[in-house]
Amino acid sequence: MSMTTEYAEMRSSGPRYWGLLLLLALVAAIGIGAAHHMDVEGHHITGMNNQIVWGLPHVFAIFLIVAASGALNLASLNSVFGKTEYKPLARFSAVLSIALLIGGLAILLLDLGRPDRLIVAITHYNFKSIFAWNIILYSGFVVIVLAYLWLMMERRLHRWSRPIGIFAFAWRLLLTTGTGSIFGFLAAREAYDTAVLAPMFIVMSFAFGLAVFVLLLLLSFRLDRRELDISHLQRLRRLLGIFIIGILYFVLLFHVTKLYAPQNHAFERFILLDGGVYSAMFWLVQIGLGSLLPLLLLYAPGLQQSVSSLVLACALTILGGFAQLYVIIVGGQAFPLDIFPGYRVDSSFFDGAVGAYSPSLWELLLGCGGVTVAALIALLGVRVLPILPRSLPPADAAQ
Amino acid sequence: MSSEFDSIEVRPARRRFIQGAAALAVTLIAPGILLYRTGAASSGDSSGPRWGLLIDTNALSEADVDACVQACQREHGWSHNDDSPTDAQWIRKVHLSDERSGAQKVLPMMCQHCADPPCVYVCPTGASFKRADGIVLVNKHTCIGCRYCMMACPYKARSFIHEVLRDQLPVAPRGKGTVESCTLCVHRIDRDGADAVPACAEAVNRGASKAILFGDLNDHESEISQRLQRLGATRLRADLGVDPGVRYQGL
Repeated sequence: MSMTTEYAEMRSSGPRYWGLLLLLALVAAIGIGAAHHMDVEGHHITGMNNQIVWGLPHVFAIFLIVAASGALNLASLNSVFGKTEYKPLARFSAVLSIALLIGGLAILLLDLGRPDRLIVAITHYNFKSIFAWNIILYSGFVVIVLAYLWLMMERRLHRWSRPIGIFAFAWRLLLTTGTGSIFGFLAAREAYDTAVLAPMFIVMSFAFGLAVFVLLLLLSFRLDRRELDISHLQRLRRLLGIFIIGILYFVLLFHVTKLYAPQNHAFERFILLDGGVYSAMFWLVQIGLGSLLPLLLLYAPGLQQSVSSLVLACALTILGGFAQLYVIIVGGQAFPLDIFPGYRVDSSFFDGAVGAYSPSLWELLLGCGGVTVAALIALLGVRVLPILPRSLPPADAAQ
Repeated sequence: MSSEFDSIEVRPARRRFIQGAAALAVTLIAPGILLYRTGAASSGDSSGPRWGLLIDTNALSEADVDACVQACQREHGWSHNDDSPTDAQWIRKVHLSDERSGAQKVLPMMCQHCADPPCVYVCPTGASFKRADGIVLVNKHTCIGCRYCMMACPYKARSFIHEVLRDQLPVAPRGKGTVESCTLCVHRIDRDGADAVPACAEAVNRGASKAILFGDLNDHESEISQRLQRLGATRLRADLGVDPGVRYQGL
């Protein structure tokens, strides 16, 4: 067993903490304002249209939802896999996963054509719809992780935290499977229609969730001037590297499988070569800046003791994640449906044409609003509850 | 523990209250369950008609297809700008040119009213639904505007309403923030049954020549079934197995 860790609420009350909180609240308020404007005016003020029906808000929302399930990993490593060295981070892991999920869901909800019909979404279920399953998976996740957090924090019930931790882990795997399958189940589009999207989203969640976790952990410790020894970050550094390699494996598998079937050649050509912004985003941002550069920063022998290299690697992983989701979601829709194979097609409804999309400011503000809502919940959570360890001294000294 | 239970006395007032509440609950809920049952039974009925269209692309000129689109616009009160990617289009004119031979075709494209409609499967609230007679519609009261049906539709048949609309027609309730598509002129079908003619068909059919033939695909004696048996037709994206109710000849 590991040593007992002491947890404490964040005490920082200087202008650094409140200033940051105020800034986040301001951005969140602007995001809600943008959503309200979209609701009043209609979606014609966004870049989304009848060709690209899901745009930047969905990239933000799905990033946050995917990262949410991944952020729970640190807690699972302790409860499910018995890695007690992660135990001091487990509470924060649970808080962050709830925060990210709520931020993501807020964006999805506010982007609806009729956000006022939330009650309809809750009371009318079509159980054949993966979307409806996801509503249950997402709300169930919040309840389960809240219970998990409570059992971790309540000393008398602590022994129950392991079984519920295992349950939460199984649930989060289902949840990310559900998110990937939103696309995987779409048989009509070349860009989707493959079961590999579900495990790919799971590995993406591992990496994105961990990257967000490390950044917010460092931020919280820095804000409260608590001690965080680099030895606690080295394991996370290695994990992040493995997860990024995992994503690359699935991306390779996805494209090679598509390339093997002649009917998908046009689509692959679009994403990998001729797709303009989508091809550039795939190669330069997703693969170059978002995967290879972080791997270099994580594994370069000279940078092993550098916290900034880890911070930069996490930030780049997040950037790569956004690019990957943009290519999957927007790029996948931009490629035209092939309703008439063997024919060149032309119509007033943009049949046969690559869908045009340029995100509007409103969508960006809504997306940023969701991110700040998640950050606000996390930073308020660590202030009102004893979530973070008082200190994480060098691992060797503690033992 | 058991002695504590034994000592609880039966209070008549409480018993009456519970009985009353139970009766009230049954009165309120039972009709709903019965209605639900009836609804489920009628939607599972496969012996009734399945409405469909047979479109003879060889008999349609470009002007004919334009007339189809205009007739639909008049009937349902929608209009579009050719350059606007956000305007709704219930029916559209599609130009095809064969990649090898260069042969030209023009045809009208609309909701294909699939027997296994992907839009209905993915809709989280059940707003996208298929009637017992095969017509695929959107319930405007429960559509939350998530657009997942538009992601799932293989035919690009659906439109999202991107702005505030005014002066909608009574036969076609439409509103900002919801999804819509061809209704197969369901209001005419509900009025005239098998004798109905959708607006697009009415615009191009002259006398006995019916370039767009409406009818019951389940009735082997119907004109549409007879013509399908004699001449055959193409289902678009037949590989997906969604069994569209709209068929094309001459492709």
